[in-house]
Amino acid sequence: MSDVRPRIRLPRSANAGDVIEVKTLISHNMETGLRRDGSGNAIPRQIINRFTCEYAGQMVLDVTMEPAISANPYMEFDVQVDESADFVFTWYDDDGSVYSETQSFEVS
Amino acid sequence: MKTMTKLWATVAICGAMLSSTAFADPHPDAELIIEGELHIATRAEPPEHLGGVLPEIYSGWLFRTDETRELQMDDFDNPGMLFAERGEDRWELAEGTANQSCADCHGDVESMAGVRAVMPKVNENGELWSMQNYINNCRTERMGADAWGWNSEPMKDVTSLISLQSRGMPVAVKIDGEAAEFWEKGREMYYTRFGQLELSCANCHEDNWGRMIRADHLSQGMSNGFPTYRLKNASIVPLHQRFRGCIRDTRGESFAEGSQEFRELELYVSSRGLGLPVEGISVRQ
Amino acid sequence: MLTRRDTMALGLGVAAVAMVPGVASASAVDDAISAFTGGASVTDGGVTISAPEIAENGNTVPIAVDAPGATEILLLAAGNPTPGVAKFGFGEGAATSRAATRIRLGGTQDVVAIAKMSDGSFARGAVEVKVTIGGCGG
Repeated sequence: MSDVRPRIRLPRSANAGDVIEVKTLISHNMETGLRRDGSGNAIPRQIINRFTCEYAGQMVLDVTMEPAISANPYMEFDVQVDESADFVFTWYDDDGSVYSETQSFEVS
Repeated sequence: MKTMTKLWATVAICGAMLSSTAFADPHPDAELIIEGELHIATRAEPPEHLGGVLPEIYSGWLFRTDETRELQMDDFDNPGMLFAERGEDRWELAEGTANQSCADCHGDVESMAGVRAVMPKVNENGELWSMQNYINNCRTERMGADAWGWNSEPMKDVTSLISLQSRGMPVAVKIDGEAAEFWEKGREMYYTRFGQLELSCANCHEDNWGRMIRADHLSQGMSNGFPTYRLKNASIVPLHQRFRGCIRDTRGESFAEGSQEFRELELYVSSRGLGLPVEGISVRQ
Repeated sequence: MLTRRDTMALGLGVAAVAMVPGVASASAVDDAISAFTGGASVTDGGVTISAPEIAENGNTVPIAVDAPGATEILLLAAGNPTPGVAKFGFGEGAATSRAATRIRLGGTQDVVAIAKMSDGSFARGAVEVKVTIGGCGG
């Protein structure tokens, strides 16, 4: 089982044209590269360096992240939902891994 | 003369660290309501065995800043829930020579409701066990799997998940009968001074709660919030890890997580919070 | 009446609490800003940073930036070993130019946000966040 796990929170419902608040979280240590282990060796940097959210095929938010983002990175932002469509959330790891999550959202 | 110097140094350090400003009733109007629905009491009548040393018992939540308290009022904002969610996967995962999962014997994890509230508890062999001991016993004896480390990620995940099932249920540890001798030892430890600073648990959490120790607002040291997501660690912190940190900070040699001493202390500290609802998974600084 | 040894021990305790070594130089902050603006002038105001006045722990400090009309916001922590925190790009699908996250601050310092507006101009906001050191470092 992967230790990296995304969480997404969208409102339960919305009307077309509403502005909704989206919250995302992903479990990740965000190792800064500045710490040393018990033997004094530098622990290599490994962070989520980029996060994107797209809605209905349009870019909503594209974040470049540095080691100063806290472990288990959290992002909160606003989207205007004009139609029912898919949200696509993507996290990019320093180690090359890409974590992606798609959620469809219905507007009334 | 040497002893006097040492004594003075200790007094000076304590004097410098403990400011005299007391906030006897921290955040008197704060109410812990999770997701706008689940009301969790953060204050209760003190248990009788305390003999009136505390006027009222307070959750550590009441001693934290607005920002920290708010993180616990929404299960999405609470990063500890990541651990419980991973715990759900682990609950279903068949492991060991028996190829069994927790769910194979225990069914839905909701069957664990109430378990956290009575931990630690004397087992059928008369030993005082914490939740971690019960989990590892299942793993080694029933599943034929390796035991998990006390502070390991999988142990944090599953103890978080199990604790969450008791959220809102009052702490109800048993302290009489077979538990009495362990409780007595835990009580003695609570009042024993440790380390070069010669501080007991009571020196901070009974005598000086509500005061500032440097920039930190001293709580009553209640354990009902554990396991807690600690912002400092950016991880779930089990109660024994917190005990170890406290004793280390007295500049003392600490006991190990899972030791007999810490299980006894866990029982006694839990009993000081009898009646306070389990918050696990709480958020602290 | 602290003995020298005790004073040293207290000092070490404080040092152990400090999360990360070093502090970004003023030029590192300026460099990061010029790299973002391409040397264009930056006006004060138009960017709101919401952060606690006092953070209980520097490892997880909730922070929000809002700059109506911005297409990008660069967030910097002037007192960290390296000042970069994040760069938020708001796309066509964004309803506002607001984002909230949680950041690491190595100590009391200014958090600075530079917003790139849709007309190509740049605006600046800054706020001081005090980061406290816990009771015993525990």
